[in-house]
Amino acid sequence: MAIEVRIPTILRTYTDGQKAVEGTGGTLAELLADLDSRHTGIRERVVDGEQLRRFVNVYLNDEDVRFLDGIDTKLSDGDNVTILPAVAGGSR
Amino acid sequence: MRYDSPLAAVGNTPLVRLPRLSPAESVRIWAKLEDRNPTGSVKDRPALHMIEQAEKDGRLTPGCTILEPTSGNTGISLAMAARLKGYRIVCVLPENTSSERRELLTMWGAEIISSPAAGGSNTAVRVAKELSAEHPDWVMLYQYGNPDNAGAHFATTGPEILADLPSVTHFVAGLGTTGTLMGVGRYLRANKPEVKIVAAEPRYDDLVYGLRNLDEGFVPELYEASVLTSRYSVGSADAVTRTRELLREEGIFAGVSTGAALHAAIGVGKKALDAGEEADIVFVVADGGWKYLSTGVYTAATTEEAIETLQGQLWA
Repeated sequence: MAIEVRIPTILRTYTDGQKAVEGTGGTLAELLADLDSRHTGIRERVVDGEQLRRFVNVYLNDEDVRFLDGIDTKLSDGDNVTILPAVAGGSR
Repeated sequence: MRYDSPLAAVGNTPLVRLPRLSPAESVRIWAKLEDRNPTGSVKDRPALHMIEQAEKDGRLTPGCTILEPTSGNTGISLAMAARLKGYRIVCVLPENTSSERRELLTMWGAEIISSPAAGGSNTAVRVAKELSAEHPDWVMLYQYGNPDNAGAHFATTGPEILADLPSVTHFVAGLGTTGTLMGVGRYLRANKPEVKIVAAEPRYDDLVYGLRNLDEGFVPELYEASVLTSRYSVGSADAVTRTRELLREEGIFAGVSTGAALHAAIGVGKKALDAGEEADIVFVVADGGWKYLSTGVYTAATTEEAIETLQGQLWA
């Protein structure tokens, strides 16, 4: 089961500069553990203990997982996961 | 409709159904046309409200200098009000915002201080906070943390939507200061507890995010996650595609951030359709497309070309 994970520039030191990598897992937590087995250290940059870090956003098919089930959000084959720094936007 | 002054004409904007972009007869999408405000954006509401509340509580007095971090619209709204009311205004603007926005600010008499492109609005906020510390006599209304920003939408935008569309099920808006979502969200939820409040957050390409550090993220002080039901991250490609669709299918000429909100509105609309639910989805047209003409996204021959032209630019 393959899930595409988009990696922000700031974390590409863990992925040899790759913008996107593939991983597996039935939940986001499992996916991050799987990624960490090949890209050591990446999990800790995204997760603090059992929670997502405050200034990191993770999106499942463009929807913020904090409004789904957080780190326990269920994943399916073909899903897209995007990791991003929190950012202020808007025409302010 | 008749008003005693241009500033009194803020708000009371039209709500229009989009018959062609609505997913089905049972799932209707409605556009709240905030470009019909005096300076052409939704920001006239919070800008005017923040100024008037600051005048009321004595923070803002004749001769004051207003300071604000802004990627454009709030600065334009504040600058217009400042000119009419006789204040000096200094805006901190990311250097990669469109030339139209700079010209509009200059036209209204604002002084512009550029902040580095990297980090976008986050960096503008940081620079403005530094300037504020150096100039304690300047008044920073600070849209990211001023409760009167959300208060403007609680007092006006929310009630207008509920009055025009009592059957509203979803409210979708861009996530910037979070003022629109917090204010409208709280008002609608107080009156219709089951209403869904959906944020569309702009997702930029690497040129904008490149130098950002995960530990230096910025969450506006106004933001309260419990007001939101869900939050979408919309990339430049989807935002541009929807902006062009809105123009082509419904004849609405809107800014690029509106395309992002429409993308999320269509997303929740499809979810409702799949679940067999009726829905009346309101999304905010934050501004017209005028300020983004120079990006070329409206006139590019293809959507792919339009997306290409937007690389590295702040569009929201």
